[in-house]
Amino acid sequence: MKQLLILSGKGGTGKTTIASAFIKLSNAKAYADCDVDAPNLHLITGQSSEPEKADYYGLPKAEIDLEQCIQCDQCRQNCRFDAILVENDYMVDAFACEGCGVCEFVCPVKAISLKPAVAGELMLYSNAEKVFSTAQLKMGSGTSGMLVTEVKKKMKSAAIDTKVAIIDGSPGIGCPVIASLNGVDMVLIVAEPSISGISDMERIIKTSAKFGTKIAVCINKFNTNIKNSKQIELFCKKQDLPFIGRIPFDSDAVKAINNGLTIVDISCASGTAVKSIYNKTMELFFEDGGDLRS
Amino acid sequence: MKIAIPVDEKDIKSNVCVSFGRTPYFLLYDTHTKESVFLDNSAVASTGGAGIKAAQVIVDNKVNALLTPRCGQNAADVLKTADIKIFKTTNASIKENIEDYISGNLPLLEEIHAGFHGHGGK
Amino acid sequence: MQDFMDTEVNSMKIAVLSGKGGTGKTLVSVNLAAVVNQSVYIDCDVEEPNGYLFFKPEGILEQQISVKIPTVDNKLCNGCRKCVDFCKFNALAYIKDKMIVFEEVCHSCGGCIILCPIKAVIEKEKVIGKIQKGTSDQVTVYTGMLNTGEASGIPIIKRLLTENKRESNKLTIIDCPPGSACVVMESIKDADYCILVAEPTLFGVHNLNMVYELVKLFDKPFGVVLNKCLEGENPSEKFCLEKNIKILSRIPFDSELGKMNSNAEIAVMKSLKYRAIFSSLIETVKKELQHETTFNS
Repeated sequence: MKQLLILSGKGGTGKTTIASAFIKLSNAKAYADCDVDAPNLHLITGQSSEPEKADYYGLPKAEIDLEQCIQCDQCRQNCRFDAILVENDYMVDAFACEGCGVCEFVCPVKAISLKPAVAGELMLYSNAEKVFSTAQLKMGSGTSGMLVTEVKKKMKSAAIDTKVAIIDGSPGIGCPVIASLNGVDMVLIVAEPSISGISDMERIIKTSAKFGTKIAVCINKFNTNIKNSKQIELFCKKQDLPFIGRIPFDSDAVKAINNGLTIVDISCASGTAVKSIYNKTMELFFEDGGDLRS
Repeated sequence: MKIAIPVDEKDIKSNVCVSFGRTPYFLLYDTHTKESVFLDNSAVASTGGAGIKAAQVIVDNKVNALLTPRCGQNAADVLKTADIKIFKTTNASIKENIEDYISGNLPLLEEIHAGFHGHGGK
Repeated sequence: MQDFMDTEVNSMKIAVLSGKGGTGKTLVSVNLAAVVNQSVYIDCDVEEPNGYLFFKPEGILEQQISVKIPTVDNKLCNGCRKCVDFCKFNALAYIKDKMIVFEEVCHSCGGCIILCPIKAVIEKEKVIGKIQKGTSDQVTVYTGMLNTGEASGIPIIKRLLTENKRESNKLTIIDCPPGSACVVMESIKDADYCILVAEPTLFGVHNLNMVYELVKLFDKPFGVVLNKCLEGENPSEKFCLEKNIKILSRIPFDSELGKMNSNAEIAVMKSLKYRAIFSSLIETVKKELQHETTFNS
């Protein structure tokens, strides 16, 4: 099973919209949503059954046993994250606690211990034919990179026999993105023709290139700024990156999504453009032999 | 020579794992005695710095060479300091990679990827 | 009484946040700060600061921000490895009788320094980023920039908000990072009011719900700006009506605005229409704040 990852750098470029269209067009049997901070893919992939849920444990959090606590203040003085609060009792601010263990170490009466803390929830929709892996990170949590790795692992371990898995990636260029890049065969970058969008695109390309995956670029909402779109195409040419298409801004796309449909479920300009990009992507994806027909 | 390989299962017939830091197990193979030992990778549960911890395990087990498909900067730094050479596995077969290493046909790993900044943090 | 209230309101801190990037958070923050002019704009999205691209501030003063990182005196170190075993982030390794510190992995918790039995571990400063202060017309622009590869922007955000305490007689707009993670929480801690920016899509409302939960958790008064509004059903608007959330403004989708924004131009400086929209928005927020102060003090 080879993996296609869809990334953008900047949020709001249309990544999930395009990923869902690809899933529809390829009749994908394995797909995943690695945007664990704000997962959206499940809203338009129409699951019919309940998922298998599993707790995800991130950093452990400190807990103070009030019966042992002698209020010596050592924990608060040594906490670098301002995570010890005092009202009448000493308490740990779970959002600020980084699970470093210093308070546990300095407490003279062993009143503090690190306890496993649920940082999110994994959800796996699977039946004999298909698997969809996703997760939701709990508000205020860190360790999103590791949760992304878990999402992919669950998708792979469902062992569905298929040639291509489609992965909706996380925005940004940080650790969750790097975690989603691990083990992927090709990255499709969705670029936005704005100044910040271009800068983000350059950074995500640099990051992806380090993994030695195939990279292709497309532009979404290209007609919102033709000049910037041309700049992106020129950049791709200079970097010898396949530029495989442009999608126009399309208010019909918004209508489709709002009705829980993908842009290839209805007849619209963006849907037509995406079909062509999909075909070119699959050509590149299977370039070294093999095709979608299993 | 003692070599280490990240592996998917505790079985010499299983595959080379795609990740070093988060591999579930390591195979430690002695090229003279031909003995195999499987180690659980204690770094797999780490929220961050998994490569560093895994590399420390390799160092502590007095390994001479690591065979892996990829390796991060931080782990590579640990291994380099300990004078442990890193070779690039060419396929998923554990047996083939060991044979290639012994016959001197396994390339050194040149592409070290950036550390994941140990992201267990925010 | 009215004058006193006006002064109070004029020195309020307003945080602008959204569940995801791309909804128009920076558009709203930058234009609000620009239309008020006697204001302060703080860019807390230290991983991807964008506000300065619009303001192009001048007279920039820069300050480096650093955190404390351990360093080991290898002459003193006896190889007991207590620090290596303690470190929850695996930032330390002991090889060939030498301790190595992996700085980007270190969370600066100070644990290894405290527990080394022979005090062989001490601290040094490591620069993780910087803050810049400049002016654009009469707007004071604070920008936080995290160096790539660094773990957390929280120390930078904390400093940005402390620096600003000295200019507390002006309206402050805080441009928050996207999402609802810890960096966002840090950014809204001192806010008097939160503006949630939402787009009219199924995804938009899903993400709006995230930040809605966040501001409720922190007990912050808030309202919603619906951005990129198109004709037809608006799921984010529906959400606001269902939850009885105040809708502060509806900004229609406008390719002209989109173009200005994509060229990093400040809309209120180039268009009377947008000057009016954002002036009206700030007046609405002020009224909401006065309402809050009257009923909650």
